[in-house]
Amino acid sequence: MSSMMKMVKFSIQPFISLNGRQRSFMTLVIVSLLLLCVILGGLVLSNERIATDLGNRNLGPSLAHPFGTDWLGRDMLTRTLKGLTLSIGVGLTAAAASVTIALILGMLAATMGKVVDSIISWLVDLFLSVPHLVMLMLISFALGGGIKGVVIGLALTHWPSLTRVIRAEVMQLRSAEYVEVSKRLGKSRWFIGRKHLFPHVAPQLMVGLFLLFPHAILHEAAITFIGMGLSPHQPAIGIILSESMRYLSTEMWWLAIFPGLSLLLVVRSFDIIGEHLRSRLDPHRAHD
Amino acid sequence: MQLEARNVSFRYRRKKWLFRDINLTVQPGEVVGLAGPSGCGKTTLARILAGYEKPSNGTVLFNDAPLPKTGYHPIQLVFQHPEKAINPKWPMKAVLEEAGNLDVELLERLGIQENWLQRWPNELSGGELQRFCIARALGPGTQFLIADEMTTMLDTITQAQIWHGVMDIVRNRNIGIIIISHDTVLLKRLVSRYIDFPLLNKDKVSY
Repeated sequence: MSSMMKMVKFSIQPFISLNGRQRSFMTLVIVSLLLLCVILGGLVLSNERIATDLGNRNLGPSLAHPFGTDWLGRDMLTRTLKGLTLSIGVGLTAAAASVTIALILGMLAATMGKVVDSIISWLVDLFLSVPHLVMLMLISFALGGGIKGVVIGLALTHWPSLTRVIRAEVMQLRSAEYVEVSKRLGKSRWFIGRKHLFPHVAPQLMVGLFLLFPHAILHEAAITFIGMGLSPHQPAIGIILSESMRYLSTEMWWLAIFPGLSLLLVVRSFDIIGEHLRSRLDPHRAHD
Repeated sequence: MQLEARNVSFRYRRKKWLFRDINLTVQPGEVVGLAGPSGCGKTTLARILAGYEKPSNGTVLFNDAPLPKTGYHPIQLVFQHPEKAINPKWPMKAVLEEAGNLDVELLERLGIQENWLQRWPNELSGGELQRFCIARALGPGTQFLIADEMTTMLDTITQAQIWHGVMDIVRNRNIGIIIISHDTVLLKRLVSRYIDFPLLNKDKVSY
């Protein structure tokens, strides 16, 4: 994860007497509840709270408006929650698409022979050699921005590292004796891929999904912040942050601090889920 | 229905020949023992006959025709280590069904109990797993069986049980079997023809 995320370290370890697995479970429950609250809040809160209300503009944090209001009198808490919900949706779609691409390419690279393998490995190296954000800007811009552009851009930039992991895993598996036996029993490549190989990489996919997710959200916010992502009408975190830049010098600190912190919180939550899943699902790392 | 290796030679890449010009014919229902020191190529020959490896030279003929490249291979191989030959993520029932058979009589003869079918591979012992591997290798399409140190890692009682069952089935279905083993006592009890692998290789004699 990026260094930015490492700065905020939440360690939720409520009961010291719990063993590792129980602690993982507790952490997952708490973090999931938090995320659920964010999503529910984003879906349930009405749009009236983010309608322009010039009588209440530029208010600092208070009980009625915990995150304050902006220069149009819109409630920042509602905007933040709605923005995060949108980000989670976009991130989930993009991460799922990325994982699918990684699964297909990783399996193909490992099972379809040397030519396919070298083409896919070359593609992986190509995509890894260009910074995500640059590639994302190019793709998103070419597709005309908006949710479609961002999702496709994120999906197309986040698959390479997971593809490598899956390729390596499948490479190791395909020479397993039970796979060779299966071939001699007349099973097709499709059958072997689906029944023998897939169950072994499924945990990796799960972990990959949760570790790609925070990446995707951060990149979504970044590209929107630059102005090449979601449109300004959507309540996205990137939009909120880039707009609040203009007001930072006028002592309206709440415009940037709360949405920024919330974004970090959500991202870090998914990171925690991913890390715990990895150490539980991957036997080689189970003792970390 | 015979299995024939004709002038089969093998070497890894450009290294020296592991064996050259092996000629071997096995008739259906025949029990052939193959012995020789470690590393002389017994297992490699077994893998070639079962289609796991391509010979560097020569051909393997089944019914005077080359072996099929796809589909169910009529010559099945049983390995020494069953725990490697079974997918740890599959329940035992699926392992058996992969060969397309759940012949109750076959399972009974190999001493596979019905409640084992619901278990996972890590819940069975090596001997129990090996019985499953044998049952899988004896699917309906199998014409020849190659047992590569099939019972070496098992205790004597289990060995006896398994071989009794296997020989019964093989005799009934007229399946030819090649037994690779270091255990000369075992080979003498079972085989109708005994082959010393180094002799087969060095003198290029046809058996």
